[in-house]
Amino acid sequence: MAGTVLSLVLTLLGLLLVTFIIGRVMPIDPVLKVVGDRASQAQYDAAYQAMGLDKPLYIQFIGYIGDVLGGDFGRSISTGQLVIDDIKRVFPATLELAALGTLIGVCAGVPLGVIAAARRGGIIDQVARVVALVGYSMPIFWLGLMGLLLFYGILGWVGGPGRQGIIYDGMLPSVTGLVLVDSLLARDWAAFKDAFSHIILPASLLGYFSLAYISRMTRSFMLEQLSAEYITTARVKGLSETAVIWRHAFRNIAIPLVTVIALSFGSLLEGSVLTEIIFSWPGLGQYITKSLLAGDMNAVLGGTVVVGTCFIALNLLSDLLYRVLDPRSK
Amino acid sequence: MKHLLTPRALLLASAIALAPAAYAETPADTLVVAAAIDDIISLDPAQTFEFSGNDVNNNTYDRLVDFDPLDMDKGFQPSLAESWEVSEDGLSITFTIRDGVTFHSGNPVRAEDAAWSLQRVVKLNKTPAFILTQFGFTPENVEEKITFDGNKLTLTLDQPYAPTFVLNCLTADVASVIDKETVMSHAEGDDLGNTWLNTNEAGSGAFTLAAWQPNQAVQLAAYEDYWQGAPAMKRIVVRNVAESSAQRLLLEKGDIDAARNLTPTDVESLSSTDGVKIQDEPRGRILYMGLNQKDELLSNPAVIEAMKYLVDYEGITNSFLKGMFMTHQSFLPKGYLGALEEQPWTYDVEKAKQILADAGIEGGTITTKVRDLREYVDVAQALQASMAQAGLTLNIEQMTGAQVLDAYRAREVPIFLGEWGPDYSDPNTNAATFAYNPDNSDEARATGLLAWRNAYAVPEEMNEATVAATLEQDGEKRAQMYMDIQRQYQAEAPIVPLFQRIENTGLQENVQNWNSGGAVASVIYRQVTKGE
Repeated sequence: MAGTVLSLVLTLLGLLLVTFIIGRVMPIDPVLKVVGDRASQAQYDAAYQAMGLDKPLYIQFIGYIGDVLGGDFGRSISTGQLVIDDIKRVFPATLELAALGTLIGVCAGVPLGVIAAARRGGIIDQVARVVALVGYSMPIFWLGLMGLLLFYGILGWVGGPGRQGIIYDGMLPSVTGLVLVDSLLARDWAAFKDAFSHIILPASLLGYFSLAYISRMTRSFMLEQLSAEYITTARVKGLSETAVIWRHAFRNIAIPLVTVIALSFGSLLEGSVLTEIIFSWPGLGQYITKSLLAGDMNAVLGGTVVVGTCFIALNLLSDLLYRVLDPRSK
Repeated sequence: MKHLLTPRALLLASAIALAPAAYAETPADTLVVAAAIDDIISLDPAQTFEFSGNDVNNNTYDRLVDFDPLDMDKGFQPSLAESWEVSEDGLSITFTIRDGVTFHSGNPVRAEDAAWSLQRVVKLNKTPAFILTQFGFTPENVEEKITFDGNKLTLTLDQPYAPTFVLNCLTADVASVIDKETVMSHAEGDDLGNTWLNTNEAGSGAFTLAAWQPNQAVQLAAYEDYWQGAPAMKRIVVRNVAESSAQRLLLEKGDIDAARNLTPTDVESLSSTDGVKIQDEPRGRILYMGLNQKDELLSNPAVIEAMKYLVDYEGITNSFLKGMFMTHQSFLPKGYLGALEEQPWTYDVEKAKQILADAGIEGGTITTKVRDLREYVDVAQALQASMAQAGLTLNIEQMTGAQVLDAYRAREVPIFLGEWGPDYSDPNTNAATFAYNPDNSDEARATGLLAWRNAYAVPEEMNEATVAATLEQDGEKRAQMYMDIQRQYQAEAPIVPLFQRIENTGLQENVQNWNSGGAVASVIYRQVTKGE
């Protein structure tokens, strides 16, 4: 276990180093972002030094890691605020969206995959194939806009862009930063309903993309199991098809499925940038992208630490679940 | 089979999950604005230099002089200063501070606060400080040059500048008057409260800053004790919505009152939408074509002349820039003192060919860099097509704004296509960058001057005329001087102003007196009302 943790820490360090180098070799001048186009040379030089850019790269990087270990992620140049505060603000927005998106993806994708495998070549299988194909090939930007136009613009079923309606914005005491949870804690049903109506569309959109992936994976795992000998044995014993599929085969695909779901959740946690932009969702994906384009290294690295840590945590978690679920590992 | 989830069950479940929610209009006393506000870095007036940041500060702070939001053409008006006097020699201006005005903290607004605020800008020396330091203030001398006595504030200048020049600069947000006591109670080290003011506000304006969540929203609340009367709107919510189509949807649904970043397509469709109106305001930004004089071909006077006839002004403003830009061929935007409205050039390929032929130029190839912003790329491609007709080849490399800016500041963009926004409401703001370049050498590193960036060696008499115009005491004469400079500029300069930006704000029908700030200022909310 200690070895695992050490290798994970090294992974994270490597990730940071690569990010740092990419950020520094990108042809973007972070100083200009801070002082603006009208700054004099003297003002420019002062900011250049204040940002520590006059030091060699490796010194900058070591200094950064040292600060991070001391809990200091520095200040973002594009928001003027502490990176840690920025992340506290944007990460819950992404977490909430990703969690709901994954939930939708799992609840719809797993049964769809199972049924598609059980009735191979049947109508459901064809539907699942089309659903997955569309999910892989449809530009999310277009789909998101169309979704907004239909469900918000024409039908008025859901809330518009943003996390909350204007009247609730900034009115809710922030406990967890997750609006759905906060409104429940405050027993404010109207605010909860409002928040739900705003999150459901982007979450469904992300859910759809994760559904496409999860259902395909489920189907192929399931087909593999259904052709196994023990299934034939079970059928010969006269077990009902339902029992064969859910009790026997499904139990065995649960383990690899956990990994698939964890990966899918992790990729949503990076923040689906385009979704966040279309829905004016103030999340991590938007934050990291904007920061990168501004050469705002503190913010990019801070965001990278969060995403990296999440991935590592998810990996550990799926390893643990593997051990718990897989009888052979006992 | 019955135990399996059927498609119908799935559909039913999702229909329940998507149960309709009820929507109301925006509250009657709240103005809700959708805009791209992710450019805010700081809200300290001594540092803020982004559009959206100025939009906030313009409403939370007052200045010594300000514009009347209901009549911008009157120019600067008394605000925290009720009157002022210029000394005989023109070297000092003394302001009398209005009585009975309070900051949001309840502290009285004193001449001391005003003096300290201006001194602070010079001492902190952040980017917009040049708007004040151009009058000869330095961190070392500013305490002697900006002084107060009782309710009087005196600025002592290094030269007898035009009073209009000084006062125009004092309308800029960098000249906001700040609550000294409040800010100094939050000072850290020698930062004069800069860290605290980056995210807080200490002004006397019509609104207080209720909240700012970067990339998300800015909320303002009415200041009930405002000296010109409490504003009608009790709350202003500015939401960060980057996408034009999303802004349009929000406006159509009645979830917002104003949309500030609509594309021509969305403006077009909204203009036929019931209950919504479009307000057009010329702003101060000029889209221009800079021909780099380091390029052998582009430094040929015949090519410079021909290029002016190769822009399809009318075609462009009637198609992809429709409603976003209007043709404007001089460097002072319409709405500025001395702005020249003459348009000497039209689209005329034959004439351009003739000019090139007379000069013996038989074609040529230019490769340039253009920012990947749709308007600029469209203009570049239109130019590419018309240049081709005149035998000139233009290759376009698209890049991010930051990359193009870096290259431009290093004098490495052959044909620059982009905008220049004025920094303050005086004609000198553009004259001093388009028509002033005392040292054209690479070593000068005058990166702030457009003339230098395009390696344009401004003729000596034009440099002198630009300086002289800042010293002319008579407003009428001063306007005339700027017109003369612009005419000479049109005749010979390799930097060619093409279009002036028009802001199209989408508004609910009941929103009255919206003001984006015109050509000279930032947005002003205090006069906005909502009818039935």
